[in-house]
Amino acid sequence: MTRFVDLWVYLSGTPLLWLTATVVAYVVADAISAMLKRNPLANPVLLAILMVSSLLLISKTTFPAYFAGAQFVHFLLGPATVALAVPLYRHLPEVKRALVPMLSALLVGSVTAIASAVVLARYLDLNQAATLALAPKSATAAIAMGVGEKIGTNPALVAVFTVMTGITGAIVVTPLMNLLRLKNYAARGFAAGLVSHGIGTARAFQVSSLAGTFAGIALGLNGLLTAILVPLLLPLLLK
Amino acid sequence: MIPWGASMLHAIVVLLVCQLAGETLAHFLALPLPGPVIGLMLLLAALLLRVPLPTETEGTADGLLQHLSLLFVPAGVGVVQQLDLLGAEGGRLMIVILGSTIIALAATALTFTWVAKLMGQDEEHGEAAE
Repeated sequence: MTRFVDLWVYLSGTPLLWLTATVVAYVVADAISAMLKRNPLANPVLLAILMVSSLLLISKTTFPAYFAGAQFVHFLLGPATVALAVPLYRHLPEVKRALVPMLSALLVGSVTAIASAVVLARYLDLNQAATLALAPKSATAAIAMGVGEKIGTNPALVAVFTVMTGITGAIVVTPLMNLLRLKNYAARGFAAGLVSHGIGTARAFQVSSLAGTFAGIALGLNGLLTAILVPLLLPLLLK
Repeated sequence: MIPWGASMLHAIVVLLVCQLAGETLAHFLALPLPGPVIGLMLLLAALLLRVPLPTETEGTADGLLQHLSLLFVPAGVGVVQQLDLLGAEGGRLMIVILGSTIIALAATALTFTWVAKLMGQDEEHGEAAE
């Protein structure tokens, strides 16, 4: 037993342990998702997050200790964003053709994402801090947190809502689009990226490279538009 | 010209250099865009201008995007640690998020499809479902 404790003390002091745990949890989650025929409810991000969080809870590991290892995975979000240029280049003819539908959907989607959250929150009588923090939830986390700070709410709360919105959208987008009988994969991907930023984009790339490309564009454009619209729309919505 | 080899390492160099250049530009020009997004634009420009890039660039980019989900796990775990921020309103918050997500997804996709139809574009371009 003491040998095990020694080993644990040694391993938990290196980034290797939690880096490996993160990747293994994802590989297992992805295998489960594949086994369940990519059923949207078995979302690999959600499954992996639950697995790793349980491990942290059981081993009484703090988040900073976990992140010392997991930061190497987190870092790759930057290069992955740059990599979006490749599918964008490949699908450029489709993207150019869809410019007007895309910009119309951007405006409608961005306003709807902000307004529906604030109106629903007021209807359900949520506290002011939460209502404000819900407004930028469809923007990518870094932008949403910046907006949160500007409008005077807790950026940590904004981050929680942003990730929850990402996972929720990634789960509901496929059944919802099938229900609406929408077969245009550019439109489906664009909606996933606009509403559920990076996590929605990851889901769209699982479905098709075309959907993923449009999701990536929507993620970028809606990040910008949300930052502009939230401070403008909030005074109207909170009247 | 740069003697690119057919290795993934060279492709990673391209992605990192684009990101670094993007971060640098964002910083010095005080641009409102995140550095990696400017890096994306730089790589897109390089592709459009047919700048010679390592042959593995496409494969490496595709590989990274194939497993984009993995990259959100650390941030997601961070969020789980902060779930107590939700407090007693947790249930109602989830209803708001679910409701707003569904409404915004439908509004976005329907607008896109309607406008595309109005413009006489065929509705079913793109691949079939998975």
